[in-house]
This record gives sequence, C-alpha cells and structure tokens, in this order.
Amino acid sequence: MSAMERKVVIELDNVKRDFRVGSETVHALRGVSFKIYEGEFVTIMGTSGSGKSTLLNQLGCLDTPTSGEYYLDGIPVRNMKRSQRAVLRNRKIGFVFQNYNLLAKTTAVENVELPLMYNTTYSAKQRREAAVKALNAVGLGDRLEHKSNQMSGGQMQRVAIARALVNNPAVILADEATGNLDTRTSFEMLVLFQKLHREGRTIIFVTHNPEIAQYSSRNIMLRDGKIREDVENNNILSAEEALAALPKPQDD
Amino acid sequence: MSFTNLIRVAIRAILSNKSRTLLSTLGIIIGVAAVIIMMSIGQGSKESIRQEISKMGSNVITIRPGADMRGGVRQDPSAMQTLKMSDYESMLSGLKYVQHVSPEVTQAGQVVNGNNNTTTTIYGEAPEYMTIKLWTVQEGDCFTDEDVCKNAKVCVIGKTVADELFPGGQNPIGRSIRFKNIPFRVVGVLKSKGYNNWGMDQDNLIIAPYTTVMKRIAAQTYFSSISVSALSEEVSEKAIEELTALLRANHKIKEGMDDDFTIRSQQEIMETMSSTMDTVTLILVVAAAFSLLVAGIGIMNIMLVSVTERTKEIGLRMSVGARGRDISRQFLFESIIISLSGGLIGIGVGYLGSWAAQLMMLPASVPLWSVLLSFGVCACIGLIFGYVPARKAALMDPIEALRYE
Repeated sequence: MSAMERKVVIELDNVKRDFRVGSETVHALRGVSFKIYEGEFVTIMGTSGSGKSTLLNQLGCLDTPTSGEYYLDGIPVRNMKRSQRAVLRNRKIGFVFQNYNLLAKTTAVENVELPLMYNTTYSAKQRREAAVKALNAVGLGDRLEHKSNQMSGGQMQRVAIARALVNNPAVILADEATGNLDTRTSFEMLVLFQKLHREGRTIIFVTHNPEIAQYSSRNIMLRDGKIREDVENNNILSAEEALAALPKPQDD
Repeated sequence: MSFTNLIRVAIRAILSNKSRTLLSTLGIIIGVAAVIIMMSIGQGSKESIRQEISKMGSNVITIRPGADMRGGVRQDPSAMQTLKMSDYESMLSGLKYVQHVSPEVTQAGQVVNGNNNTTTTIYGEAPEYMTIKLWTVQEGDCFTDEDVCKNAKVCVIGKTVADELFPGGQNPIGRSIRFKNIPFRVVGVLKSKGYNNWGMDQDNLIIAPYTTVMKRIAAQTYFSSISVSALSEEVSEKAIEELTALLRANHKIKEGMDDDFTIRSQQEIMETMSSTMDTVTLILVVAAAFSLLVAGIGIMNIMLVSVTERTKEIGLRMSVGARGRDISRQFLFESIIISLSGGLIGIGVGYLGSWAAQLMMLPASVPLWSVLLSFGVCACIGLIFGYVPARKAALMDPIEALRYE
C-alpha cells in the first residue's frame, strides 16, 4: 500500500506544546510528527502523563501548538483564531467523549442535530434528515425521540457517535469512547467503529487500553511527549467475532 | 446559530428550571407593575386636575391688577386700582381672539335669610360670567344686562348657599336674602359643581350684577379682576397678547416699563398644577425603578449560577463548533427572555393594579408610553445584566469546560 496515493487528513510537523505551571515549564509534547491518511483507524495510546490528552486537544483544534504546525485536511491551524477553529471543528471534526456529553432532557435526534445548529447552511429540515440518517447508521433508528435519561450507556454512546457523524467530518476523534462501558457494550462500540472504518471513515481513537489497538489499522504509542512507536496493524481482529465469543448475557 | 434556534434553545433552558425562572422574573414583575401603577396614578391625577380645570373653563383668562413685581417690591394687588370701567368697555369690541368679558368685584361676608345665615362670597359679574366659567342655572334664570344697567338688587345663588338659607327644600326663587344688610332677590340657583381638587367648595357663592356690588356693597370704582374667555383653548396665548397690548395702550405704559396688571390663562394654572404632579410622580417612579435595578441584579446572579452549572454543556457546544459569540448570544437571549416575559406579566399586573386603584376611587389611567417604556427598560435590563454572565460563558476554555464536573 503506497502512502503517496492516499489523501493526508492529518499532518503534524514537529508539534511542541509547553505549559507554564507556576515558574516551571512543562513540555507536554516534545516534537511530534506524523501523518494520518484518509480511511485509517488509528489508536493513540499512552499512559497518563504521556501527552495523550494534549495531543488529542491539538488534533481536535481545541488548542494550538507552541511551535510546529498542524494541518487538518490541508489547513494550517496554529495561527487560527478561536472562532475560526470553532468553525473548523464544526465542519471537519466529530468528537466522541468518554462520558457521552449528551444534553440533558433532550431527545436523541436533537442531540445529534446539535453540531448542525451551528452551521447556518443547513435548514431545519435538512438538519433533521441528516440526524435521522446518522442515528440509523449507528442502529438507533427506532429511538429518535428518546431522551438522554431514558437510554442505556451503550445507547447514549451511539447517540454521541451519531452526533460525531452528522456533519460528515474529515476525522472522528474518540476519547476513551469505551471507558465508561462494560465489556460487552465496549465490543459493540468497536463493532460500530470497525463498520464506520470499512465505510471509509477516518477514525482516531485515543485510549490507554492496549486491547483496543488490536482492532484498529494503526497504533501510535506516546511516552513523555514523544512518539515511541508507530506501527501498522497487519492482523486486524474482528470485533464482531470477539463479541460473539463473549459469554451470552443471562436473560431472566 | 440562527435567530429562531437561539430563541428555541433559550426557551428550553428557561423552562427546564421553572421555579428558579419564576423567582427571578418575580423581581421584574413587581418592579414593572410598581412603575406602571405609579405612572398611572400620576397620569390619572393629572387628567382629573385637567378635567376639573376645564370644568371651570379651559379657555378662561384672568386679568388682575398689579404686576408681580414693581421696583423690586411685591405689591398687594387688591390695593391697586388699575382695572377701570374704561378697560372693560374697550375689551367689549374689536378684539379678535376674545369671546366674552366679565368684570369682577368680590366681597366676603355673611348672608342672611330669616334666622338662617352663612358666610359666603358675593361675586359682582356681568351675565357673560356664566358662559365664561361654564355655570348653568338650574332653577330660575340668570340676571340680565338690564339688571346690570339698573344696579338691580338681584342675585343667583350657589347650591351650598341655597341649602344653608333655605333648608327643607324651600324654593329660593323670588325670595329675598340679605348680604351685609342689602336685600337681594334670588332669581336663580346654580347647578352644583362640587368641591374642586384642592378642596374648595365651588358652590358657596352668590353672583350678582357687578354694578350693584360695586356701588352698593364694595363702594369702589375699580375691578378686582376681569374674566375673559378666549375663542378657544388654542388661541389663549394670542388673546393674552391682544389684551396685554390693549391694556398697555389704555394705561399709557411706555415701552420697557413693566405692566401694571397680570394676565394668566387657565392653561398656565393647569401647567403649574401638572408640573407639581409630575414631580411627585417622578419621585414615586424613581423609587419603583430602583426595584427594577434590584431585579436586574437578581437576574444577573441567576445567570451567573446558570453559566457555572452548565459549564460542561458550554464545553460540548464549543467542541461541536459553537463560537464564543454563539454561546454569549445563547445566554443573552435567555436573560432577555426572562426579563421581557417578567416585563409583560408586570405590565398585566400593573393594569390590574391601576384598575384596583380606580375601584378605590383613586384616579388612575395607564399611559401607553409607560407600557412601551417598561418594555424597553426590561429588554435593556436583560441585555445589561445578562452581558456579564454571557461574556463569562463565551470566554470559557473548551478544554477546561469539558473537564468540569
């Protein structure tokens, strides 16, 4: 597989990020460079303190590098203003959080519509259609009007994934997206992510759980603000098979 | 975010915490209602004074002898003898804006009928006085020009005098009463006007021909005042100019010298009274407006709490693409909707309150501009007191906000 033919979605060029804590400077990222191509399913792993969260914030355009440059879909991000980055997030990124972050007392379809509310090119009707389509894609087509407090954790995370899909982003950024879920539901989520991957979506999955790396196409390992390992996974396991192998839940 | 979406999001947020919203609107409701009730009572009182004065003839102009000041010394007008018969006669013709003229001589004293007596004032007038001051004769007739020529001892009496001197429903017409020992034949009884706004009994009077009062009672050759009616309220000013010019010519007052008479229109009196009422109303409204200020601070407090509580929501919205201004608008709309809805309810309560004031016989009428003003003030309160919380929300760091628990 030649890298030249594929489109680069994400490019980090010697990205450094320093924080000042009191009189000390903490180097959270000490020069990180990599490219992620369209259609890749990348896990970024690292223990706490490895710079994983800082990197995620960089990739999600929530923060900017101290030095170096980050190109998202070819657009340099470092010198963008806050509001420009907000628009960029709105069009290019889909976030999935560990604790779902759904709006309380709000229906599934309205939660999914949220990113499109900040895109005035969508009419109310188009917004709703896109949200319904995204919910169908995550298998919640029959729960459109359920409110967030009427759903299980797995369902809430599906709604969150639908919300990340609805703006047809260049990249889906998942932050410990299975962290709050039980094993079975975690595998269900992985099945969903693998399905999205097969459909050609670019996915970055940030986690501290090494098991998840087996189901993605590429693994990046961070330690002390640097890339320690960046390998293609030539033996991607099927989450569906793993789910089937799990002991059946007792229905009584 | 579009306008309709903003409103929808704001209304949803407001409804999700009904009791809190209600409490923070309560301040606005009370403030607006208080302002409206105060303004309505102020306006109502002003209108009732206006009505009272127009009952006495809104186009009436009164000429009194003596200027307000002469050589730095304030003169006693009754001691001045500047309004003469010739002045009166010259006013009867040739003036464009003047309708009726009546000279006036007054004396206070006791009036007696048999063993009944009362203290009253006798007004020496021309028959035109009835038209000028809008008096109606209820029983009998007014005296005539002929009575004036003949110094006839006839009079028209007010309701109070009639009741005092002729108790038990006796008919006063044709009876004789004595004022300062001069007998007068009663030819008419006036329709009651009641008490005026400053508590004076308008029916305690006797009106007789001015010639009679001048010669037989007051023994004077000058008038204590002259009442004039302008063609209409609007031309009062012009009539005053005309009369001033005429009197200055009559009295041979040189240019640059002060007038030796004072002319005041009913309108000026009305304006003086109105401006007094305005001051009182202003004080009351300012007091009520302070409660609006307090209500605004209440809204700001609630919005600050709301912003902190919803930090995580703000973080989420920012991460999916809300710009700072989208977030600040969202919270501004919330505070504006809270204060506007409070304002609307307050206007309703204000209307009810002014209706209740009317039931308690207080004159009250809600001026439309006060409703518009309160509405505008509420919008401003929402905007001003919502600004700080909205800005706080807009300046949040999405990373910190998402991490907030």
